[in-house]
Amino acid sequence: MDTSIWEPIIYLVGIMAFAGLNAAYLGWCERKGAGHIQRRIGPKEVGWFGLLQPLADGIKLMSKQLLVPQGVDGILFRAAPILAMVPAITSMVAIPFSETIQARSIDLSVLLIFALASIGMMAVLIGGWASGNKYAIISATRSVSQNIAYEIPMLVTVITIVMLSGSMNLEEIAMKQEGGFWNWNIFPVAGESIAQAIIMPISFIIFFICSVAETNRAPFDMAEAESELIAGFMTEYGSMGFGLFMMGEYLNIVVGACLTTILFLGGWYGPFGFTSSVFWFLLKIYILIATFIWIRWTFPRTQIYKLLNLSWKILIPFSLAILLLTAVFLKVEGFLI
Amino acid sequence: MTVPIQCTPDETFVLNLGPQHPATHGVLRVKLTMDGEYVVKAEPVLGYIHRMHEKMAESGTFAQFMPNTPRMDYLSALSYNQGYVMAVERAAGIEVPERAEYIRTITVELNRISSHLLWFGAFVLDLGGFTPLLYAFDDREKILDLLERITGSRLTYCYYRFGGVYNDIDDEFIAGTREFIKRLRSRLPSMYHDLVTGNIILIKRLRDIGFVTQETCRKYGATGPVLRGSGVQYDVRKNEPYSVYPELDFDIPCYPEGDSMARYMVRMDEITQSLRIIEQALDKLPEGPVNAKVPKVLKPGAGDCYCAVEAARGTFGCRLVCDGGKNPYRLKLRSPTFSNLSLFGEVAEGMILADALAFMGSLDLVIPCIDR
Repeated sequence: MDTSIWEPIIYLVGIMAFAGLNAAYLGWCERKGAGHIQRRIGPKEVGWFGLLQPLADGIKLMSKQLLVPQGVDGILFRAAPILAMVPAITSMVAIPFSETIQARSIDLSVLLIFALASIGMMAVLIGGWASGNKYAIISATRSVSQNIAYEIPMLVTVITIVMLSGSMNLEEIAMKQEGGFWNWNIFPVAGESIAQAIIMPISFIIFFICSVAETNRAPFDMAEAESELIAGFMTEYGSMGFGLFMMGEYLNIVVGACLTTILFLGGWYGPFGFTSSVFWFLLKIYILIATFIWIRWTFPRTQIYKLLNLSWKILIPFSLAILLLTAVFLKVEGFLI
Repeated sequence: MTVPIQCTPDETFVLNLGPQHPATHGVLRVKLTMDGEYVVKAEPVLGYIHRMHEKMAESGTFAQFMPNTPRMDYLSALSYNQGYVMAVERAAGIEVPERAEYIRTITVELNRISSHLLWFGAFVLDLGGFTPLLYAFDDREKILDLLERITGSRLTYCYYRFGGVYNDIDDEFIAGTREFIKRLRSRLPSMYHDLVTGNIILIKRLRDIGFVTQETCRKYGATGPVLRGSGVQYDVRKNEPYSVYPELDFDIPCYPEGDSMARYMVRMDEITQSLRIIEQALDKLPEGPVNAKVPKVLKPGAGDCYCAVEAARGTFGCRLVCDGGKNPYRLKLRSPTFSNLSLFGEVAEGMILADALAFMGSLDLVIPCIDR
């Protein structure tokens, strides 16, 4: 691959466009999806099927004054929304969308994405803290304890995958899953052993639950539990400050879906082995995102201590057990087969 | 599981919940002393929308106070309307035609269902589930359409008159009500119970949380679903029957657990029972006039009477003291929500914030009913 100056520029523009489009139109998808789940129409006034609604919302948010209340920490208050948005876009650099479409193939891309995700969570903490609002601070502390609790099982699950693939490079992890769906990490029948294939779906479920919790989505939306904490860490934010937090949230969902697709669902490979293109990748992530939306509009919110109990008492022991079993299966070749 | 904590915090802070807060459903303000996320002390602050209904009653004629009654509890307006009308009828000794009593029963039970449906939606919204709210509003809309046909209004119904009702119901209303009964019965199991009641997250959030004992209920005078959720089978419709309730066959749902889930189940069962009542009342609906002969200016003889009805939130009592003039001498309104709210402070102590708010939702507060 020749390294002309145009390549990084094209990737930069492409990633920004992809991120912007997703941040804007996932909001539309969510509202439309919620509308249909709730037996109503959803946005329909601005443009065909309300397709220009995100644009109208953007103009409205940008034309509003960014209100900084008295007694807030000015710099942190302004920095937090940006901090919510930037890591999510940055982590897209490391995501391989297909065999050829990847901005940078980094050896430790899995680790990089998790590191960036933690910065995203810091935005919530900083935003909540800088607001100087009691509801926002409660929300910030909640989101930190939630984040710590859910990053552990998530990372343990990722270690399982890394052990199976022998790499921390997302591209290589995806390439290991070439072929049909029987090669995917979610159900690797063609892998080392059948026993592995039985425990991997559990691993997938753990990872999926964690990614819902990590992205602060319902039913784990403790940080912005509306009926308890008004809007949580976003209580004091208006105009584009609020807009950036929302966009950051949607981008985190995209990154989470991308990661799930690459780690478990075979990346850009088609389900029957003979096709592989960016189309499959996008299809998979949007199915996952639709699931996110579907879950949000179906379930009530859980409770903060039940949420933490779920992680510490169920998800972490299970993910550790899976890790140990995987290690055993890898060492004892042909185990149970 | 309620987490037991010892309330000996080193450092607490005061969280001002309301008067503008999504969970208080109105202008209720609760001063919460918090230790982290635990509620150390909860103190409801009332009076933000006090409108002096009782004084207004004294300064107007009996009929002039009528439109005030639905403004107290705007969600089960007809019960309040009925309570006041019955008190005046009792004071003036007016006999109500049987058809009017049946119409009152049908409409008030429809109103009870609409109130419970709205509570259901708002309560699940408090718990973070948005979708059931819109399903409940869909059904409630049908009730509002039905009641709008005969009463002329959609929320603050002022439909009853001394000695009868404002106008007669027609065949279209009867057919529409029967259709609604069928519709709600078909939707209750799937869209309400399967989606919400059986939901594991909801069960975990309501079961064993917000215990209200019978003693607490007695202490604060709690009535309605709160009392029945604590295992006391008290319902004015059965215990002090009025209107045509003795002629109808229905059960009083009662759950002994005393937790939020029990109160939830009581209300959900009451919807089913109200459907039964309406169906029977429609079958038995007699022909005849809907209004008794009542003098234009009502002057009940001097005396003192009390009349209670079972509103959607509990016992609504009207104590009417007359001095023989054309204005009430004194009207005391006993609203159920005020008593139900009073126990919030005691029960919420030691709860985690989210549970306390879920518990508050399970009390089904309507703020104008607290601040009459």
